Amino acid sequence: MILTRRTTLATLIGGPLVLRFGPAAATPETMQTAIDGFTGGADITEGRVTLRIPLLVENGNSVPLTVSVDSPMTPDDFVEQIAIFNEINPLPDTARFHLTPRSGLATVETRIRLNGSQTVHAIARLSDGSFWSAATEVIVTAPACREV
Amino acid sequence: MIRAAVLAGIVLALPAGAQDRRTGYDDMSPALQAMQDDPMNPAAFWLIDGEALWSEPAGTRGQSCADCHDAAEDSMAGVAARYPAWDEEQAAPVDLNGRIALCRDRHQGAGPQDRADPDILALLAYVTHQSRGMPLTPDPDPRLDPARARGETLFTTRMGQLNLSCAQCHDDNSGGHLAAALIPQGHPTGYPQYRLEWETLGTLERRIRGCLTGVRAEPFAPGSADFIALALYLQSRAAGLQVETLPIRP
Amino acid sequence: MSVLINVPETAAPGEIVTIRILIQHPMETGFRTGRDGALVPRDIIESVACLYQGEEVFRADLFPAITANPILSFHLRAGETGRVEFVWTDNSGVTARDGRLLTVA
Repeated sequence: MILTRRTTLATLIGGPLVLRFGPAAATPETMQTAIDGFTGGADITEGRVTLRIPLLVENGNSVPLTVSVDSPMTPDDFVEQIAIFNEINPLPDTARFHLTPRSGLATVETRIRLNGSQTVHAIARLSDGSFWSAATEVIVTAPACREV
Repeated sequence: MIRAAVLAGIVLALPAGAQDRRTGYDDMSPALQAMQDDPMNPAAFWLIDGEALWSEPAGTRGQSCADCHDAAEDSMAGVAARYPAWDEEQAAPVDLNGRIALCRDRHQGAGPQDRADPDILALLAYVTHQSRGMPLTPDPDPRLDPARARGETLFTTRMGQLNLSCAQCHDDNSGGHLAAALIPQGHPTGYPQYRLEWETLGTLERRIRGCLTGVRAEPFAPGSADFIALALYLQSRAAGLQVETLPIRP
Repeated sequence: MSVLINVPETAAPGEIVTIRILIQHPMETGFRTGRDGALVPRDIIESVACLYQGEEVFRADLFPAITANPILSFHLRAGETGRVEFVWTDNSGVTARDGRLLTVA
């Protein structure tokens, strides 16, 4: 490894950038398996879903996430589930939200942990059985001089 | 060679050079500022606990904080903005954490508690909340001056295997970056704070421990005279900045 | 363990209101090692359900990738006056509940 100024800094003062989780990590392949489990292998269409996460976050321990789906949320046409997947945490499953026509609006907010920069995926299952998706790339930085 | 690389890194990441004082809040992303401003802020759990503990009898004398101090909204307003302060009996400066310990010992007959005990953190959060938005106002007692001067010396003294002083990062290079992280000016406006790194509430003492291990120096012992001295200096350096509650930091 | 729940006190019939809940919980992932080198056992909330007028109107399944002290915000279409009740369950099966009255007028 070439000891650049940047890696020296990151190693000495920032510490290793990955601290929160152990060595186990999901890969985009295991994420795809989890997504297939959710959809049963059905086709997913990009669209109707909006996934808002800040592009750059200061700490992967708490990343604000808002997902919304364009839907009238009536008994005939509503969002049944929204699943959030990540690429490189130890587990690809992040959260699953079960909605009903009583939800009125298919928008959910929470905060998630991200084990480093990656793309986060949101997939919605509608009451007609169709699947829709969105993905957002997130850059995760970490504070310097953390506890060891 | 490594030290040279570190120093070169700092110099190359030079800040804008503005000497305006900025708090950690000012330096946070809008998302984290919104998290702090939200009443549903995770630090609220400690505030709720602290409010309950304030009127809960403790120790062999069964005294509560409220038995002596009545409503914290009145009696504790401005206290966290002023501390550390002089303790006559010990003839030494004490911080708010130490003052709570002395109260427990002298007036409640309660045993010693770890400075990072969850109940102590809750009381600290509750007492500090009574100074919300007030300017940090160093106690003018001249008996504090030697410790404050000692604090300034510590702040400007190179420490640890990386041989760096607090001032080299937080005075000379604040606004610059260490790896991807912004170097803050290091003002103690937001303690105890809910730190995302810790995923819990913690004190200035805990944060400074992180700084010292970061430069590979031996951390101050909990509640040590050197830590209080540094806290006194940091407070005078930040005089006039407002006390933040409930603070969130990355 | 405390909880903060935000349900508006009143709503008009059919109005869509925002519901928020913040639960005090470490959400220990089960992937971390402690100072002794041993894995810290997983301790997470796995499910947060919201009930209103006798039916489940929202549920979140949570995984270790949800922050400590998890927060959820979602929506509800007001029907009749009634309690908006939360039931949450951790990975050892322990359940807790709390709620707020929503007056619809």
